[in-house]
Amino acid sequence: MDRKIRILIAKPGLDGHDRGAKYIARALKDAGYEVIYTGIRQSPEGIAKSAIQEDVDYVGLSLLSGAHNELFPEIVKLIRKEGGDSIIIFGGGVIPESDIPKLKKQGVEAIFTPGSPIKNVVDFIEKNKNRVLH
Amino acid sequence: MIMLVEKVLQGDSRSIARAISWIENEHADKEKLIDQIYPHCGKAIVWGVTGPPGSGKSSLVDHIISITRQNNKKVAVIAVDPSSPFSGGAILGDRVRMQKHATDDGVFIRSMASRGHLGGVSGATADAIKVLDAAGFDLILIETIGVGQTEIQIMELSDIVLLVLVPGLGDEIQALKAGVMEIGDIFVINKSDRDDADKVKAEVEYALSFKEMDENTILNPVVKTSARLNEGIQELIDSTDEYLRKIMENGTLEIKRRKRLAGEIKHILSKKIEEELHKFIKNDTKMDRWIDSIFDGKRSPYVLVNEKFEAFLKEYRNQ
Repeated sequence: MDRKIRILIAKPGLDGHDRGAKYIARALKDAGYEVIYTGIRQSPEGIAKSAIQEDVDYVGLSLLSGAHNELFPEIVKLIRKEGGDSIIIFGGGVIPESDIPKLKKQGVEAIFTPGSPIKNVVDFIEKNKNRVLH
Repeated sequence: MIMLVEKVLQGDSRSIARAISWIENEHADKEKLIDQIYPHCGKAIVWGVTGPPGSGKSSLVDHIISITRQNNKKVAVIAVDPSSPFSGGAILGDRVRMQKHATDDGVFIRSMASRGHLGGVSGATADAIKVLDAAGFDLILIETIGVGQTEIQIMELSDIVLLVLVPGLGDEIQALKAGVMEIGDIFVINKSDRDDADKVKAEVEYALSFKEMDENTILNPVVKTSARLNEGIQELIDSTDEYLRKIMENGTLEIKRRKRLAGEIKHILSKKIEEELHKFIKNDTKMDRWIDSIFDGKRSPYVLVNEKFEAFLKEYRNQ
């Protein structure tokens, strides 16, 4: 059996700053993962359903508008509701340090703020992959 | 697994998605899964959408989904993009153009990496079509990777092939060449809002005029579209439906489907034989010494291959 890790990179919210999301997508491709990119301005429902149809192991959310406290937890909730129990969710963007503990409590397992080395993201994926391999 | 099969047949998104992953990952129970859903296949119509990179395949698929949904039919899409030959990773970005359908329960979109498979699709595509067919989708659209001249496997997977062309790809000599130009049933000239779209249409029609035909020949439609301006899509769908109706009536479709099945069975069989052969070669401890002797010029390649192959056949005859 040849198991590939699949990752959805999605941009919820209304900002169009997708350089970060595209950079991550490209870097994860180079690290050997299959990355599904949704494009900008995605609804939480659309992201959740895409994650299910694509049967991804991880969902990475990128947001620079400041709406992360509302949108990230909502997406986690919808993914679980659609049956994505084991999908690991992480986020990135302009997110104040003080918001991170609360987001983690609500199921966004890691937050990568501007300047994070890509290695941190890959390490996070590698460290957790035993949980999603089935 | 019986649970998974039942849920696929009920059209449950998560189960369809999981079943396709089983196929992609060569799950141990993949064959059983396909065998159990197979009796429920055969109702869907499969359109292949192929063409060069950037010709607008995904945007056209997006519009085709919209119109098909207006007619209350369920649509599934398999969108294939290439895997990196270096890292094995992939960026699957066809979805970007179709995300307005992401929340529609009558639409299922799955991105697929080619995973080293040549031919414009992935090795898992044929079986994934069966899952979507059994799950009750009326129309299945297969979008290939951006193709060059020889990636033509889509022809073996679909009932009808839409070949998407755009202005600026060369003159009618390109259109006369062998390969991808030969597999189109419907020729789509996309980006018709650009200069030269009429010229491309004329060149394609010119190239098609050389095809041998008699009174029973069904002419290949050549349709101009602009995915950007949402123009010509209804005409494209009407021409495709009409063409499909004709090949259904004159029996060509059934012949095509039988051929497709024969190709698929042959492919599965070859793959199994190949796997056995690889196992045999891997277990052959003398192989390295043999390669050395060829490298040193003491032996010639076909003598070695024939001897090895005989040994392989002998081993399997004795089993």
